[in-house]
Amino acid sequence: MINRMYLKLPDPERDHFQGTIDAPIALLEYGDYECPFCGELQPIVKEIQRRLGDDLCFAFRHFPLTNVHPHAEHAAEAAEAAAEQRSFWAMHETLFANQDALDDEALAEYAAALGLNAKRLIQEVISGAHAQRVREDFNSGVRAGVNGTPSLFINGQRYDGARGLEPLLAAVSNPASII
Amino acid sequence: MSTTTEAMPSTSTKSEPEQAYKEMYSKSRRSALPPKTDAPDFTLRSTPDQWLSLSEFRGQPVVLAFYPADWSPVCGDQMALYNEMLKEFHDLGAELIGISVDGAWCHAAFARDRKLHFPLLADFEPKGDVARRYGVYRYKDGVSERALFVIDAAGKVYWSFVSPVGVNPGADGILSALEDLQNKQTVSATMEAK
Repeated sequence: MINRMYLKLPDPERDHFQGTIDAPIALLEYGDYECPFCGELQPIVKEIQRRLGDDLCFAFRHFPLTNVHPHAEHAAEAAEAAAEQRSFWAMHETLFANQDALDDEALAEYAAALGLNAKRLIQEVISGAHAQRVREDFNSGVRAGVNGTPSLFINGQRYDGARGLEPLLAAVSNPASII
Repeated sequence: MSTTTEAMPSTSTKSEPEQAYKEMYSKSRRSALPPKTDAPDFTLRSTPDQWLSLSEFRGQPVVLAFYPADWSPVCGDQMALYNEMLKEFHDLGAELIGISVDGAWCHAAFARDRKLHFPLLADFEPKGDVARRYGVYRYKDGVSERALFVIDAAGKVYWSFVSPVGVNPGADGILSALEDLQNKQTVSATMEAK
């Protein structure tokens, strides 16, 4: 389980994160691979990472709205299965780049294209090997006050502003400005 | 509790209906039934040919989620979020009920489209009657507030919250209230055993 202290911050014990955990700025996203708004945010996050470099730690937790997005749960579990093969972020980006094709067959194809053991990955997805982990992410989000996707926390503070590059960059660059 | 004050245009000579309207509207923002009051019972349509009463749930906590209208945008939608959390609510022994002034056929289409697995009640005739009795009707708009009530097993309001209409209140408040209730139950059961 996520340590309560890290509910709104990247948890070094369990989260997938990019950058160093003690970077001055922590950006945590709760997202859903089938959510179009999360898809739109993806290149913006990448640009923020590029600009802030070592000053930023970015972490991602799953928040699949499975009744609205029928493929979101398996997509999230596929990212976790890829993490077992040390390829979480490669799969993460592949899934966001292919939001309209996320059925199990496609997930296996992406695994193969990334040079992973596709058979193992899809077996883990189908057997629900990572379902509990995804649920933990989801529940931590609910506790933290996530009410939809994507939800962003900057240094533990929920960001409710616009999700364009400029406003987000301004907020991330000056976390004290977030109300 | 979250409240916003909305400025009404001030005129020196207010007509009577205008004054009454203002009073009703400002009242609606502050009058959500507070904890410890009896939750008014009601019977509303849950489908075009079925009815549901609050009293049917006596003996277990109930989450009443009043919301303004069906068909709000998908990803940030409050009902879609709660739909994903039914297991957590059930694990805490609670049932979830959504209520809006939309009619039963509208609810049926909305629930089917969003694959909702909990009842949506139609507070349709007399319009908004239940929302009025819970103190969360927006007279100005003809819809209910975005308001949450956790009703305890004895039928009393345990917790209530009114969110600004445009803000999805999430579920953390509901979960805390339900856990609180569960802890209280455990404590009182332990006391009785002693």
